[in-house]
Amino acid sequence: MLRDITLGQYFPGDTVIHRLDPRTKLIMVMVYLVALFSAGTALTLGMMAVFLGTIICVSKTKLCLLVRGLRPLAIILVFTGTLNIFLTPGEPIFRVWILTATYEGLRHALVLLARIGMMVMGTFILTYTTSPMNLTDGLEMLLGPLKRIRVPVHELAMIMNMALRFVPTLLAEADKIMSAQKARGADFESGNILRRGQAMIPLLIPLFMSAFRRADELAIAMESRCYHGGEGRTRMRQLRLGLRDALAGLVGALLLTAIIGLGVLGL
Amino acid sequence: MSPILQTKTLTHTYSLGTPFEQAALRGVDFHVEPGELLGIIGHTGSGKSTLMQHLNGLIKPTEGQVYFDGTDIHESKETTRSVRAQVGLVFQYPEYQLFEETVYRDIAFGPKNMGLGGAEVDIRVREAAALVGLTTEQLDKSPFALSGGQKRRAAIAGVMAMRPRVLILDEPTAGLDPRGRDEIIGNIKAFHRETGAAVVLVSHSMEEIARTVSRVVVMSGGQIVMNGTGRSIFAQGAELHAMGLAVPEVTQIVMRLRTLGIDLPCDIFTVEQAAQAILTRAGGDTDAS
Ligand SMILES: Nc1ncnc2c1ncn2[C@@H]1O[C@H](COP(=O)(O)OP(=O)(O)OP(=O)(O)O)[C@@H](O)[C@H]1O
Ligand SMILES: [Mg+2]
Repeated sequence: MLRDITLGQYFPGDTVIHRLDPRTKLIMVMVYLVALFSAGTALTLGMMAVFLGTIICVSKTKLCLLVRGLRPLAIILVFTGTLNIFLTPGEPIFRVWILTATYEGLRHALVLLARIGMMVMGTFILTYTTSPMNLTDGLEMLLGPLKRIRVPVHELAMIMNMALRFVPTLLAEADKIMSAQKARGADFESGNILRRGQAMIPLLIPLFMSAFRRADELAIAMESRCYHGGEGRTRMRQLRLGLRDALAGLVGALLLTAIIGLGVLGL
Repeated sequence: MSPILQTKTLTHTYSLGTPFEQAALRGVDFHVEPGELLGIIGHTGSGKSTLMQHLNGLIKPTEGQVYFDGTDIHESKETTRSVRAQVGLVFQYPEYQLFEETVYRDIAFGPKNMGLGGAEVDIRVREAAALVGLTTEQLDKSPFALSGGQKRRAAIAGVMAMRPRVLILDEPTAGLDPRGRDEIIGNIKAFHRETGAAVVLVSHSMEEIARTVSRVVVMSGGQIVMNGTGRSIFAQGAELHAMGLAVPEVTQIVMRLRTLGIDLPCDIFTVEQAAQAILTRAGGDTDAS
């Protein structure tokens, strides 16, 4: 059950998308997000969907994994969708009690669902196809200029790298502790909110203990390898931009121009 | 006697339908007799822990069934819950599950979840603590103030206190020094002797298995490849070696002696047996001292 959370999980592969420079991918995701939120019509959203579909095919990402990633968001999506349908003023479709569903509301809700869904899927593809190491390397280099104004970019990237690295580990650990407590008759699934909250104590205390223990061990391991932050550190793997990155950039620029252009034309 | 626990063509695949698919069990037919002391050995990743978690319904089989006392344990939610109380499972490194303020309350967690009353819980906690050699004084301490070995024994007592009819222990001696190991094995034997429950002991150590159990099951690649008494298993040294398992050191020495032409039985697996056999062979005094 906890394993369903796929956030920050990397699925190794050897497609063009996997091989793109992480910096290119990060910029592409930003371009994609800007385009997504500029797209508001059926035509432009359709174009975005086609683009996303192409990326999914090229990167050979399994659709069921993307859907599974969306599942935790389902409640929020349904909730905001419903709110939109009923609370947007406009031409009525039907009435429930004092609430009126409107065409404008329905349109809003659909656009919202499409945007959030595609946003989440797009960012998932980034983490599915980029190893955490590459991702933070890319981020660190993109944010490099901020070092001038004393932002500890390297340290932040390192923290993020570790956080991503430990998400699956801690989830596995939580799963194991949960099983162990279930074997002692603990019940995590029934009862009201208060009882369920109490039932989490036998899970949370050992989990925190283990997280602290791991943090301690990691800190010692890093210190004994003389790690002292970013200053003067060189890289074993240098990132290099290539032809594919240029092509990807071109595609991104075209997409963004097309979407914004169509938006200006009101299509 | 009919087996208390039985699996039929049990198959389990982790992460089914993702790129990380991993078959951990392939058609396992396994059973536990009431009151027996059974040992399970196998190389890392052979599926021992996965099999153990099926036995009390923590994992659902991908294919096949698990029967407790003749009923399918996944028949209904209530069945699964009641089986959890009767098939006690001690995980690897159980000390990492301790969470209560005192050792006493941690041991009481299981019995309380079974819905027992305060007096009955108290009896069981004290009984389990005595079995693993924890003093009354230690019961009032925080579990985090105990030593590694004591923590482990407290965690094992937490499962023993549920008075399961089958007690499964997944590598209960991993990472302990020889004395800590002997103490835990002693506790487990005491539990077996005094409650008459069946005990399943998973271990990497051949010596430990040889010295403790009456029947041995060998797992490899998600399947059961050998099943029999310690003697019959350890006599197949070459096959065990091929699976990456080492025969007890004494047995190895005896085998070497045999190849050197010294006529000794090939089913020796404790130092005492070896001493006895060598003395008998030498025709000397059999009273080894
Ligand atoms: N939660 C899990 N998710 C995915 N795969 C798993 C999981 N647990 C175990 N496996 C895989 O299943 C196989 C069997 O694992 P299992 O833990 O049962 O082996 P084991 O015999 O207990 O090993 P060890 O002696 O190291 O404890 C291994 O290949 C392992 O990688
Ligand atoms: Mg194991």
